Amino acid sequence: MYSKSIAQLSAGLGAGEFSSVELTKAYLERIKAHNGELNAYVTVSEQAAMEAAEAADARIRAGNGTALTGVPIAHKDIFCTNGIKTTCGSRMLDNFIAPYDATVVSRFKEAGAVLLGKTNMDEFAMGSSNETSFFGPVRNPWDRQSVPGGSSGGSAAAVASGLCVAATGTDTGGSIRQPAALCGIAGLKPTYGRVSRYGMIAFASSLDQSGPMTRSAEDAAAMLQVMAGFDQRDSTSAQEPVPDYAASLNDDLQGLIIGLPKEYFDEGLDSGVAASVEAAINEYRQLGAEVVEISLPNTGLAVPAYYVVAPAECSSNLARFDGVRYGHRCDAPGDLEDLYKCSRAEGFGAEVKRRIMIGTYALSAGYYDAYYLKAQQIRHLVSDDFAKAFEQVDVIMGPTAPSTAFGLGEKADDPVSMYLSDIYTIAVNLAGLPGMSIPVEPVAGKPVGLQIIGNYFQEAKLLNVAHRYQQATSWHQTFPADYE
Amino acid sequence: MQWETVIGLEIHAQLATKSKIFSGASTAFGAEPNTQACNVDLGLPGVLPVLNRNVVKMAVKFGAAIDAELGRRSVFARKNYFYPDLPKGYQISQFELPIVGKGHVEIVLEDDETKTVGVTRAHLEEDAGKSLHEDFHGMTGIDLNRAGTPLLEIVSEPDMRSAKEAVAYARKIHQVVQYLGICDGNMQEGSFRVDANVSVRPMGQEAFGTRAELKNINSFRFLERAINFEVERQIDVVESGGEVVQETRLYDANKDETRSMRSKEEANDYRYFPDPDLLPVELDDQFIESVASDMPELPDAKRHRFSSEYGLSAYDSEVLTSSRALADYFEAAAKVGGDAKVAANWVMGELSGALNKEGLDITQSPVSAEQLGGMLQRIADNAISGKIAKQVFEAMWAGEGSADEVIEAKGLKQITDSGAIEKIVDDVIAANPDQVENYRSAEEKKRGKMLGFFVGQVMKASQGKANPQQVNKLLRRILHLRGRGRRHQRW
Repeated sequence: MYSKSIAQLSAGLGAGEFSSVELTKAYLERIKAHNGELNAYVTVSEQAAMEAAEAADARIRAGNGTALTGVPIAHKDIFCTNGIKTTCGSRMLDNFIAPYDATVVSRFKEAGAVLLGKTNMDEFAMGSSNETSFFGPVRNPWDRQSVPGGSSGGSAAAVASGLCVAATGTDTGGSIRQPAALCGIAGLKPTYGRVSRYGMIAFASSLDQSGPMTRSAEDAAAMLQVMAGFDQRDSTSAQEPVPDYAASLNDDLQGLIIGLPKEYFDEGLDSGVAASVEAAINEYRQLGAEVVEISLPNTGLAVPAYYVVAPAECSSNLARFDGVRYGHRCDAPGDLEDLYKCSRAEGFGAEVKRRIMIGTYALSAGYYDAYYLKAQQIRHLVSDDFAKAFEQVDVIMGPTAPSTAFGLGEKADDPVSMYLSDIYTIAVNLAGLPGMSIPVEPVAGKPVGLQIIGNYFQEAKLLNVAHRYQQATSWHQTFPADYE
Repeated sequence: MQWETVIGLEIHAQLATKSKIFSGASTAFGAEPNTQACNVDLGLPGVLPVLNRNVVKMAVKFGAAIDAELGRRSVFARKNYFYPDLPKGYQISQFELPIVGKGHVEIVLEDDETKTVGVTRAHLEEDAGKSLHEDFHGMTGIDLNRAGTPLLEIVSEPDMRSAKEAVAYARKIHQVVQYLGICDGNMQEGSFRVDANVSVRPMGQEAFGTRAELKNINSFRFLERAINFEVERQIDVVESGGEVVQETRLYDANKDETRSMRSKEEANDYRYFPDPDLLPVELDDQFIESVASDMPELPDAKRHRFSSEYGLSAYDSEVLTSSRALADYFEAAAKVGGDAKVAANWVMGELSGALNKEGLDITQSPVSAEQLGGMLQRIADNAISGKIAKQVFEAMWAGEGSADEVIEAKGLKQITDSGAIEKIVDDVIAANPDQVENYRSAEEKKRGKMLGFFVGQVMKASQGKANPQQVNKLLRRILHLRGRGRRHQRW
């Protein structure tokens, strides 16, 4: 049952082959069996899931179900869920139960999806390996000694191991695409503004965007259909119409022009990953696409610019966690300053503190122009690179990450090496473009992701391009050996 | 040495919106703590601000009223600092690109001189909550009802040279925001807050002295006192060989002094940067025109109109237009009453006196403009004299009904029947033969005063109801008829 797609489950539920209660129970049992070794879920909301499943069954019987009604999913623990703990992977919010639902959460509720629980993540989405979580690292289902990627590592591992059908993730610098690549699933980061950020705990507001994490592009289309759309509670959400993503999935790729940025295939790229990506691109040639080399000359500036902008915004966004109104508060503070210092010192982990300090420095008087303003200028250059490329090509392809999943602890003490694992994904966030990762041929038993980058609001095109590849291949249907 | 005072003001005007600047919570004053703070105001994780469009309209109105350059593209920025009543750890304000740029207002000084004061900028921002230190022993209570209340911060140029000028400027801004209906102007409730930047320099010196920022001033009277105290203090410091330090000082109205709150060294680095949660505010011509076409008559225009339309003196026009409510009251009373000058006298005289005595605002007047106008009608048609009108006014103030009702109930209708008045006059003359004789033998220039005796007697006999003009006329005629015998025999 856990290998079925959303469409198959929906059909089965509609035909009465199984009920949502049965389906949900099966997933909850699977979570019980495997979550201990994977640590993909921080919270399993069993009771709420069963209630939602019963309601879904009633709705399906009444004949007004949607494509997601009764389908068990998981949310990254960055989305506020009314009545269910939202930790953001941090000790700071270990005790936090939001009094409201994020817009994404309420949209899935309205669609009748069943929420199984909240998935583990790097603390406040800051990390590329899921090792910064206060609740311990998530393990990669393909190799439990390796990281699942991050920050949406819990969602990626849960989908890859069949602990849910699909999950939500968020992507500030690659946090959907990189773990999707490392865990062998599909992950789509939509255009900035495509999905409401309301209720999604902010890391870097101008970069954060949530999206679906699924096995197939077809499932991603079904998930995005629920998530996408304007929300009056998010001023940065786009008033752009939402197309029917399923409708164009099978469009012909004949004549599609694919751009390969030469900067994405340089010496930093693992040769096995390169070969795997090249094989996938050859598959696209078979499907009728034309491949051209392009250049994104400012690629090398993206990571440094990102590590100014994102920490600057996070230093301000995380100021609200002060121990005054909610979240962790230290014991017996001596005075107000002590309350702030101790609560934050105890509540935040090392990586979060590092970024708050970098960001505070970058915004401080006398440094603002040299760092923050300069980084914003680079952002324009990076966007311009893509704009020029999209004058020539329909989509851009390359590796999602420079290597396959690395070992637990391997990069934990080397932040710069860790930051470079997002080297191919970060520019997309700086430009606000949509990007997707889909699994291609693994290397030494570990998944490899192909990144597909589209122009603004071209999610339908990305899904179409990904789907046609998946129609011709079966990498997305392969389960890790221990979870078949 | 001769010293010159330099003053600039920062005024926070709370915009009169129903809901907050970035959330739908109510802005009503005086609710139970934390009952008007929604998820956004509480700064919960994940919430986002959404701009209340009304505040943009109000700011643009203000900009138009002070002839300011409008920021066609203004940007909200985050001002970062930690304080328990600042829920997000930053205040959303405007920094580099405010919505209202350079403008100016004219102030009228006591000697009738006018002076132009520059407005540097006005920007939109959210208010913080309140920290309550008194009610909780050893703890601080936080009330976030005020958090997110919209403010327009209006920053002046350092153009003022005395406390009186500063007060005149503050009053002018107060008048403008109230006329526009964008702020209720209530200083006690903190809807209109004034901070003063004060420095002194030797007369003739161009460079500014070091300034102190005065806070916690909640009336115009205290503004004047606080500045005067601070100017004296700074001159004392400099003259005794010290240096003024740049600092924030609190005004203590009880002790009538300012005292240091924090110095520049302790000041925060606010790390301003554009708020990524909010889009820049773009003003297009159509929006600006629609706001401009919806502007009320402003104080200066109204003052000129009162002078020309009602023939009032410049002073009367100034007084009557000091607030929109007073101007509206006057116009309503004049319209009903018929004679604008008489209406002006009553509004500025009897009515204002009574209001002041009871500490009431024109909007709280127990006598409505319609009631006052009704009474003025009775004066105009001679039903009552001006003197009787004061009794009628007092009765209306006490809630005894309209002028007509009071006149009827108390029998105050003026006696205009000449036969009835003649009867009283004859009786008074008959009863005072000596005074009559004295009058008749007196020189013309002394008679005026002597006539007053007879008028007084007649008015007394008529219980004040005889028409004074008629009484005067009649008395003169009779007293001048020397030796023509009793008046009723003249036929």
